[in-house]
Amino acid sequence: MSALHIKEGSTGHSAYNLRPTFSDVQEKHTLALLVENDPGVLARVIGLFAGRGYNIESLTVAEVDHTGHLSRITVVTTGTPQVIEQIKAQLGRIVSVYEVHDLTVEGSSVERELAIFKVVGEGNQRVEALRLADIFRANVVDSTLTSFIFEITGAPEKIDAFADLMRPLGLAEVARTGVAALLRGV
Amino acid sequence: MRNGRCGQLEQKQMTREMTGAKMVVEALKEQGVDTIFGYPGGAVLPIYDEIFLQNDIRHILVRHEQGAVHAAEGYARSTGKPGVVLVTSGPGATNAVTGLTDALLDSIPLVVLTGQVPTFMIGSDAFQEADTVGITRPCTKHNWLVKDTDKLAATLHEGFHVATSGRPGPVLIDIPKDVQFATGTYEPAKPAASRYQPIVKGDMAEITELVAAIETAKRPLFYTGGGVINSGPAACQLLRELVDATGIPITSTLMGLGAYPASGENWLGMLGMHGLYEANLAMHDCDLMINIGARFDDRITGRIDAFSPNSKKAHIDIDPSSINKVIRIDIPIVGDVGHVLEDLLKVWKSRGRKVNREAIAKWQQQVGEWRKVNCLAYTSSQKTIKPQHALERLEALTKDHDRYITTEVGQHQMWAAQYLGFEDPNRWMTSGGLGTMGYGFPASIGVQVAHPESLVINVAGEASWLMNMQEMGTAAQYRLPVKQFILNNERLGMVRQWQELLHGERYSHSWSESLPDFVKLAEAFGAKGILCSDPADLDDAKGDDHLRWTGDL
Repeated sequence: MSALHIKEGSTGHSAYNLRPTFSDVQEKHTLALLVENDPGVLARVIGLFAGRGYNIESLTVAEVDHTGHLSRITVVTTGTPQVIEQIKAQLGRIVSVYEVHDLTVEGSSVERELAIFKVVGEGNQRVEALRLADIFRANVVDSTLTSFIFEITGAPEKIDAFADLMRPLGLAEVARTGVAALLRGV
Repeated sequence: MRNGRCGQLEQKQMTREMTGAKMVVEALKEQGVDTIFGYPGGAVLPIYDEIFLQNDIRHILVRHEQGAVHAAEGYARSTGKPGVVLVTSGPGATNAVTGLTDALLDSIPLVVLTGQVPTFMIGSDAFQEADTVGITRPCTKHNWLVKDTDKLAATLHEGFHVATSGRPGPVLIDIPKDVQFATGTYEPAKPAASRYQPIVKGDMAEITELVAAIETAKRPLFYTGGGVINSGPAACQLLRELVDATGIPITSTLMGLGAYPASGENWLGMLGMHGLYEANLAMHDCDLMINIGARFDDRITGRIDAFSPNSKKAHIDIDPSSINKVIRIDIPIVGDVGHVLEDLLKVWKSRGRKVNREAIAKWQQQVGEWRKVNCLAYTSSQKTIKPQHALERLEALTKDHDRYITTEVGQHQMWAAQYLGFEDPNRWMTSGGLGTMGYGFPASIGVQVAHPESLVINVAGEASWLMNMQEMGTAAQYRLPVKQFILNNERLGMVRQWQELLHGERYSHSWSESLPDFVKLAEAFGAKGILCSDPADLDDAKGDDHLRWTGDL
């Protein structure tokens, strides 16, 4: 496929890159999109997922290149291999989407998410929460006599695990940023 | 005359600095636009003022914005050039939505310009304000709201580039009134500088694989679609060369009729739900299916699991998302049909023009057996006009003319596709993907504007035709001799057909009541109407070369 000058796993390539059979297995993929930083682009991407009935597990967006007017959108989505290929191809059709990368296919990637947790409790519960936060390298960013707010960064699984532990200890509120991801290496 | 150098300088500056409204007209001229379809309103008046002051671009005033978009579609499909529409904000833009969706599903290049309330009033629920880019985002290929006059010209040129490159489609540019009034710098078109550059050349390894498959296939079949026509006349020529050189039978979707001539010996007729017996059986039984610019629509495939179970499938399409969307493809080729066919023919010729002649001869024989079933046969009647008979007579009496056909949507549309023969591309304009009733009449107006000397016929049903009948005013105003061929069965025929088959013959609201007298209706607009209810009169009625007539059955 070198004639196409398209990186394995990216937009225009997907038609050539189908797995042997249409499988029913649900897969989770992390897609990274480089898009034009204009007000409508997020609506176009979300509208595509909503309009065609695809799943969004998480979505993050921010400008990454001010002079180049570029934003990066990281979407975590689930679907059968055929649906994932179709999502990539459909994203590639959006005029203001310049690049579509499937980080799950293109190589190993680093995925990080930031979350803040409000935990309300007293006595031993409070001490236990603080001890677990230390183990997870979560920081206390706010505290009262009856509550903490922890800030934690990590892979989504780590944050899920921390949330599971905090639940019996008085977890009151959670805010998560969604996943940001980059391919490892050069 | 002024001093040469000084005058030139001033001239140069004058052409670069101008109002947004003037920029619109300048950009349209630079893009080679000769005709636009539109309807004025408060938010586009500065542009209409500029249109008033020039004579290079002809403006066709429609009677409803939906009509403007369909007329532009007719213009685009019959010329291969993008259709241009100019409408106002709010209701002007929302009325254009059906046409935009129609053009998106049928991949028709359109540039739709909408007026918008001034930038400082956006979001205030101003008079005739609508979130036009929000509303039209899912029904355009791309759209823009231009908030800065300096960016207007570049956006207009980008609009034409996007509408016509890759898989064509409608684009919309929303222009607030203050942007039209303000002065800015005009930028000429630079399509090469656009970031939007779809792949047009197919992958040579895949093309070679397809050639190898063609060389050995025993029961190969071409299944072609609107992509061939969108690719242009050269692509249609290459397709004809390939089909005739290989002797492989060819069928086409509704959208692709005319890419290969109906009189060609390898022609099987249209396929799909309303397609011909021989075409559908050939699709089912083939061992190599070569899809060129079609998209495995559900009207073609029926049940996916039973669709052509034993064939190897190749798919040539400019849009990667069309490939493997519903049907698994063995040989995918992303590229423009014209480019891919050119390479395909080159490779096939260089490898010695091989096909499995013996097997293909047998396959053609089998196809011939299916043809003998004569699936389009019907019992003719002396008393009532059968639609099949009406279309056969229409075909016989008009096929030698320089003829363009548009249709509305329903049974008459399918009869037209079955009983009329199309020898050339861009001669058949019908709403395929969206199935828009009310498409045909305004489309026929757009076709006639583009081809003033040609015979333009809209094959219609009475119910569809009434959906945009206000365009009689447009046809009358511009003296467009469009022919409206209305098959009046006083039914929503296609709806009724489904109710008959699937809903226990309960004909819920599928009859046409309180119909107008179509002859008098035509006369009310200064046109001519002919009522024809006896089969024997049909030929006389059709031979009549008047301004306009309605064949009322």
